[in-house]
Amino acid sequence: MSAGLKLNQVKKAYGAVQVLHGIDLDIKSGEFVVFVGPSGCGKSTLLRLIAGLEDITEGTLEIGGTVVNTLPPSKRGIAMVFQSYALYPHMTVYENMAFGLKLAKASPDEQDKRVREAADMLQITPYLDRLPKQLSGGQRQRVAIGRAIVRDPKVFLFDEPLSNLDAALRVATRLEIAKLHERMADTTMVYVTHDQVEAMTLADRIVVLNYGVVEQVGTPMELYHTPANLFVARFIGSPAMNIVSATITSSGAPATVQPKTGNPVTINAEVDATYVDAEATFGVRPEDLVPTNGPGLFTGTVSIVEKLGEVTLAYLDTGLPDPITVKIDGDVEIIKGATMTVTAPADRLHLFDETGAAFPRMQFSHAAE
Amino acid sequence: MAPTQSTIQIVPTGPGRHPKRVKSELMRQRLRAAGWFLVPMLVALAIVAGWPLLRTIYFSFTNASLTNLYGAEWAGFKNYLNWTVLKSGRVIWSGLLADPVWWNAVWNTIRFAVLSVTLETILGTVVALVLNAEFKGRGLVRAAILIPWAIPTVVSARMWSWMLNDQFGIINDLFMMLGLIDHKIAWTASGDTAMIAVLIVDVWKTTPFMALLILAGLQMIPRDIYEAAAIDGVHPIKTFWRVTLPLVRPALMVAVIFRLLDAMRIFDLIYVLTPNSSQTKTISVLARENLIDFDKFAYGSAQSTMLFLIIALMTILYIWLGKVRFDGGDR
Ligand SMILES: Nc1ncnc2c1ncn2[C@@H]1O[C@H](COP(=O)(O)OP(=O)(O)O)[C@@H](O)[C@H]1O
Ligand SMILES: [Mg+2]
Repeated sequence: MSAGLKLNQVKKAYGAVQVLHGIDLDIKSGEFVVFVGPSGCGKSTLLRLIAGLEDITEGTLEIGGTVVNTLPPSKRGIAMVFQSYALYPHMTVYENMAFGLKLAKASPDEQDKRVREAADMLQITPYLDRLPKQLSGGQRQRVAIGRAIVRDPKVFLFDEPLSNLDAALRVATRLEIAKLHERMADTTMVYVTHDQVEAMTLADRIVVLNYGVVEQVGTPMELYHTPANLFVARFIGSPAMNIVSATITSSGAPATVQPKTGNPVTINAEVDATYVDAEATFGVRPEDLVPTNGPGLFTGTVSIVEKLGEVTLAYLDTGLPDPITVKIDGDVEIIKGATMTVTAPADRLHLFDETGAAFPRMQFSHAAE
Repeated sequence: MAPTQSTIQIVPTGPGRHPKRVKSELMRQRLRAAGWFLVPMLVALAIVAGWPLLRTIYFSFTNASLTNLYGAEWAGFKNYLNWTVLKSGRVIWSGLLADPVWWNAVWNTIRFAVLSVTLETILGTVVALVLNAEFKGRGLVRAAILIPWAIPTVVSARMWSWMLNDQFGIINDLFMMLGLIDHKIAWTASGDTAMIAVLIVDVWKTTPFMALLILAGLQMIPRDIYEAAAIDGVHPIKTFWRVTLPLVRPALMVAVIFRLLDAMRIFDLIYVLTPNSSQTKTISVLARENLIDFDKFAYGSAQSTMLFLIIALMTILYIWLGKVRFDGGDR
């Protein structure tokens, strides 16, 4: 009872507006895949195509090896959890969960067994007789998940299920969903969110979408360490990566670039000779920057200090268009207005060409962490 | 809420704990202001609704006539029910409740109200469901469908009475051409068809109103509930009965009660379309006849008062039985 998903050049247009531009994806059975991207990039649309709530304009969608383009949602072996829960307001929790089974003419015993199992799993048994309006947001979301579980789906779809919950509940429910994935190891899960933290914590693999195009597919750590392009580099990680424009001065591995101001910078990236003198950008994550007394990557005045307890964020005015963000572990005393020099090892720098595509990183290994 | 449920009691503390006794100065100010805002409305209502109602009720207990309104004498319940015992020992009943013309009007009114509101509810629901679907030019259709409702009843009644005319009417022409009838029918004049004619015109006129009220209810139902139903594999017809109808019910009930009250008072359409048919004479038409034409002002007042009582009773029953709540929720 499990199935992978295969999308082949899937496109979606609303009238003349092209929303998805040929999505190719191969999702393995039992995998937890997260679609992440900014608002309006087409995540929900893609999920709804998989669910069968919208028609695929072009391309094919396979679930479990069968093309399902024309199959109605109920025949696809999917279940979906909506952002706004979409519970039937006039039915009790029990009826909400049993409704699909009842109409599928499951025996009352079977219905009862499945509903109670799911309710047990989600600890909503005490509320089975209540109406949705008598539940809190978190409880409603559990009921919505329970209703999906009862369907015993091959593919579990979530559309921003946590976005209507408060911060504490969001973390708790995120853990619940992670546990659910463990318990339903055979079930493929596709999860949509605009929150990269949710994506990083939940996903086996992340699909980064932007303007209806897949920017990169990979494990959370692949995306963090080797973003394929500027968009992914900026999107993954918080605070966002510092990006500086520069000119490539020497090719090879490592390569050197010259920013508009300051010293030349050596970057552990493989750059072809044809790129010499080309415009480029390099990036460095705030957490990879460390203060130094010697010559560094950036020197500037501290304009703002943000203390979060576990980390301290400093924003440096270096004469570049954007301030440089520095993230330092712990509660560190940094004086506003002081001059600060920061540096980063050459293997922590990312180099992107003019189009934003990343140059391959040299002998990069996660073990070097 | 079901009694088995545990509910958390939040015990207020601090100054708000005894709202009855410790009414803050601010609260009193607000109540005073609210009172002043209500006064003009209450005065207007008392003048245009309260006073005429009380006068009508008063006249119904007198022997007032149109020519002698102020010299009216108290007559007790005579207008409603009265009896005289003849020398022969025969008892003669008189008054409203013993008047077959009255009961005919009551029956006509109820028949008209039930039939028209039923038809309008069904058709209105269908129209609302169509208008709720997405299609090009929906806004235009929504506006266009309101036209019958916007035309003054007297005008549309005249219009229909021409169309229904037995000699020159387009309806007869059309039906003859289509072979539906083999001779021209005097729709409004014939006793068999007068009620049908009235119903057709009323349904034509009022369905749009019904449809818009129901449409407003339909649009309150979130779209994703239908998507959840689609994923649950609920057949569209089942979805209508099990999801749409229960959720639109509060709006539907309010629409039905509005229409029902309106239909019970029906006057203008019948007065213009079928003024002399005993088949369609409703309470309002009969009351006007007595008040004005027959110079039985007190008797007409009694009929008006009875209509008021019937409508009030129906409303109370309807709200009670139908569990209608006017704030939109379920009781
Ligand atoms: N029914 C629709 N008709 C026209 N455009 C739509 C429709 N649904 C979504 N879109 C457009 O498609 C784009 C992607 O929407 P969506 O998938 O909801 O984005 P998100 O990534 O925030 O979930 C948006 O620009 C949106 O305006
Ligand atoms: Mg979305």
